[in-house]
Parts: sequence; C-alpha cells; structure tokens
Amino acid sequence: MSEKLSADSRCEQTGDEKQDTQEKEAVVPERAEEAKLKAKYPNLGQKPGGSDFLMKRLQKGQKYFDSGDYNMAKAKMKNKQLPTTGPDNNLVTGDHIPTPQDLPPRKSSLVTSKLAGCIWPALFPPIDLPCNQEDYSTPADGIRLIT
Amino acid sequence: MAGVAGGGGGGGGNDFQWCFSQVKGAIDEDVAEADIISTVEFNYSGDLLATGDKGGRVVIFQREQENKSRPHSRGEYNVYSTFQSHEPEFDYLKSLEIEEKINKIRWLPQQNAAHFLLSTNDKTIKLWKISERDKRAEGYNLKDEDGRLRDPFRITSLRVPILKPMDLMVEASPRRIFANAHTYHINSISVNSDHETYLSADDLRINLWHLEITDRSFNIVDIKPANMEELTEVITAAEFHPHHCNVFVYSSSKGTIRLCDMRSSALCDRHSKFFEEPEDPSSRSFFSEIISSISDVKFSHSGRYMMTRDYLSVKVWDLNMENRPVETYQVHEYLRSKLCSLYENDCIFDKFECCWNGSDSAIMTGSYNNFFRMFDRNTRRDITLEASRESSKPRAILKPRKVCTGGKRKKDEISVDSLDFNKKILHTAWHPTENIIAVAATNNLYIFQDKIN
Repeated sequence: MSEKLSADSRCEQTGDEKQDTQEKEAVVPERAEEAKLKAKYPNLGQKPGGSDFLMKRLQKGQKYFDSGDYNMAKAKMKNKQLPTTGPDNNLVTGDHIPTPQDLPPRKSSLVTSKLAGCIWPALFPPIDLPCNQEDYSTPADGIRLIT
Repeated sequence: MAGVAGGGGGGGGNDFQWCFSQVKGAIDEDVAEADIISTVEFNYSGDLLATGDKGGRVVIFQREQENKSRPHSRGEYNVYSTFQSHEPEFDYLKSLEIEEKINKIRWLPQQNAAHFLLSTNDKTIKLWKISERDKRAEGYNLKDEDGRLRDPFRITSLRVPILKPMDLMVEASPRRIFANAHTYHINSISVNSDHETYLSADDLRINLWHLEITDRSFNIVDIKPANMEELTEVITAAEFHPHHCNVFVYSSSKGTIRLCDMRSSALCDRHSKFFEEPEDPSSRSFFSEIISSISDVKFSHSGRYMMTRDYLSVKVWDLNMENRPVETYQVHEYLRSKLCSLYENDCIFDKFECCWNGSDSAIMTGSYNNFFRMFDRNTRRDITLEASRESSKPRAILKPRKVCTGGKRKKDEISVDSLDFNKKILHTAWHPTENIIAVAATNNLYIFQDKIN
C-alpha cells in the first residue's frame, strides 16, 4: 500500500502541477516539515515506515559481536582499513567491529526503587533474589516488607 | 473553572475539579535511568496501584482505609510491597542484551486473600503472588523462638504450636515464569476474561498462555513474512475483549487494528474485523506512516468501543464500524509543524498510552512538558493539566494549561518552542470506579483526585 502511495506523490511533480504542490506544501505543515527533513538529509529513503526502520526496531538489544562475523569482516577487508562503529551501534554487526570503548558500561547494582524508599529509607537494604529460575516451582520467598 | 466529568454512576455532565493528592519519588534533578517509571496499573478494585520501572522493580501502593475523622481526604496510597521483578540478562546465543525494564503489569482478578499480577520485560513474563502474613506460629518442638535447633535429647514433652498475631508482613514471590516464547520484544500482555488464560504480544507474534502452564504456549498470530525484506508492519499492542473470551484485538505500526475471533481458527492470521481510517492521499507525507503508528489500544469497560492512541491523536472506535473511528480527539496538533525536529530527536517514536475512566465517559492520555489531556466524550470538553512539583500542595486544584500556537502568547500560556520534550507522560491510569488518576512523570508518580463536595 505504501508503495502505491509514494508512486502517486512522485507523479505529482509534473510541470503543470508543480505550482499547486508548492502551494500545498506551504499550507500543509507536514509537507513543509518533510521538505525541511529532506533538505537536511537528502539521502533519506523513500519508504519511511518500511524495512530499514522496522528492522532497526526488531534488532534492539543487539550489542556484541559474533567472532565469526568479526573474522569474516576482517577477511573481506584485508587490504582496507578496519571500520569502527559509527554513531549507530545498533545495526547488525558484520560490517563494523566494535571496540571496548563502544560497549556500554556495566549496569549498577540493584537497589530499591526510590518510589518505595521515600517513606522508609532505612528499611530497604539491597536484597539478592534467587536467580535460578528452576527454583520457581517451590514457593520461594521474595522481599520481606515490614509495615 | 470547568473540569472534565469523571466516572461513577449516572452520565456525564457533572464537572469535576482535579486536585493534587500525592507525589511519589525523588525530587533531585539527576534522574537515574533505572528510576524511570515504565508502567502504571490499578488493580480491579482500585485499592492497589502497581508501578514498574526501567530497573526491573515493581512498587505496589495500597489505598488506606478512609478515615472518618478526616472526611475531606480520600484514602491515600502508601507503599504496600516492592520487589525486583526482572533482572538484566544476556542471551549469549544471540548476542542480545535483555533489558530488565518492566514493559507492562497486569493484575489478575482477586480470587482469595492473596493478590496476583503478571509483569513482563522484553522476553519473560512472571506471575507474582503478593500475600500478607499477620500471624506466626510459636511453640515449635524442634526449634527455639529464634530459630535455633533444640537438642532433641533435651525435649521431654510435646507441645502444640499456637498462632500468635505479628506485625503485618507483605511477601512477594514468583509463582510462574513464562520464558523463551518470544523471539522479538514483548510489548503487551492481557489477561483473558476467563481468568485462566492470557496473551503476550511481541513485534511479530502473539502467544496464548494458560496461567498454570509455563512450558508451552499457543501461537495465535504470526505476521512474520517468509522474507524479512518484505516486512512492512509490526504489532504494537494487543488486548483481550473484557467480556468475550474468544475475542482480542491487535494494533499495528501502520495505524490499523485487527479484531480476531479464536473460535474461527487456531491460528488467527486472518482477522474477523479490520479497522482502518481512510487516508487522504493528497496529505500524505514522509511522516504519515510514522505518526499513524498506534502505540496503545484499550477496550472500553463496556466492551462496545475501543480506543487507539497514535502520535497526535486518540480515536474511539465502535466495534461495529470498521471504516472509521466514531470520535477523534487531537492531543497536541501543534506538533504537526514540528515533526522534522521531533524525528531528529526520536520523540516521534514515543509510545503514549491512553485510558478510560470507569464509566467510559472520559478518556485520558499524556503529552510533553509533563502535560496530560482529558477528554469528556459527552460534553466534548477537553482539558490540559500539568504534573509538576509547583502545583503539589495538598488538595490544590490543578489549573488548566494552554499551549499557544499562534503569534501572540497570552499570560500563563506556554509556546510550543518552550515545551520540554524530555518531560513526557507516557503512562497514566484511571481508578476503575472513582475519580482518582495516577500519572507517571519520568521518575515521579503523581496521584490526583477530584475535589469532594
């Protein structure tokens, strides 16, 4: 469906209708914003809601690399300089090699939420929950709260 | 000052005034990522209010019993229980970091003294039992009061332990862990009206679970194309019908909603109803599809309507009419002329939620600058309010806010360019029967109530 519509918008730019479109662009704020965006990023793809954007969404969380990918990429570019990660670290690796500086810092240790801590700050020491998921079938006790 | 009619019996038309009640959370300017609230949900009675945050923690507030000596203060919400629901994980096989952020919490209807809720992050759903203990057994034979084992040779007589009252203890324990069923990121969970099953939805698939069974789930919707290059839309939200246990809906990134009937086939890839508003092709732009993406879908309590939230508006649909919504409410239309910068700072991808009041006469959703909006479906009046520390005096009536779009800015109005896009209200909840609302503003939880008498 989106393909059909983008074809329509391309057709609009014939000679006679160009003036109409320009007027419309001024009237419709969205079109004016689109023109602004295209002026800033001329390489922006035709299908905004299409594959690239969705693939990026689906791959959220991919942080580290596969040693196979790494070696393949190195072999592919043995004569060229090894690329480093660009501003977007979330793309599937294979074409760029992350460095230790790109890896996110280790997460801080788990502490009690400030939503709960604001009233009785002293009674909420950090507590380790059993991490072993196989234990779930036995009634394991969670955090004890004394009111 | 006109407010928006709220829930309770009767129809709309009564104007209520929203007052500040409570605010939870730290005041400091430096907000830790883990403290950002990611979901808010009242339970079926409204006595419990649960929040989940990016740090994987759940905090449950309980409403205090109303105090006869203070008739002007409805029950306040105080901390009842808190626990670490999910922890950060790393999937070594896929080199995937799994966030501990709680995406959704859904309560189960109460069936006994304990309370149950489902909480989910991107990959794993957990059933938590929250129970109270106010009695303790004393007089064991084999151990002392402080737990030390007694020397069995010193025991000369048997005694029967007796139950003695103790200070109330609230315990949270994970009863079921529903894992490994989602390749993509879970965006929704919804408990069925049969109280036995629930669904979980990720970007491409929806699974049906039985609350007792953790090692299996049925896949009921699969929109993954054979060739991923052909991917054009993803599932953004899903919900079961409040009364018909065979009916559920799911929304997409293209602004469509599909209603499915599980009686028609095991795999509900073919919808029973398809809801889409026709688009004016001449107004289509680069942003059209992105801003039409539905971020939340909620059935009305009556089950007759459903509401969808896209980037700029909230739409109410009659389930009997698929070709267009019956009501459309503009949340922040002034942002249409800011789409370029909102795309650059990624705000255009923010996922706002929406909610109904108990009688379905009003709807609420969040916006930027810590503003939230309420629409009265009967009077068609709308109001913009702000969750801020400045208007946080007890029972202070909230003043309506206005965004100035034109040239001349009136006093007390705020111009579009002065809006703080980092202060977004994505999550709000309305008490099931009363005019009490919970609004999550980044790391703070605000509770507002209507003015009594």
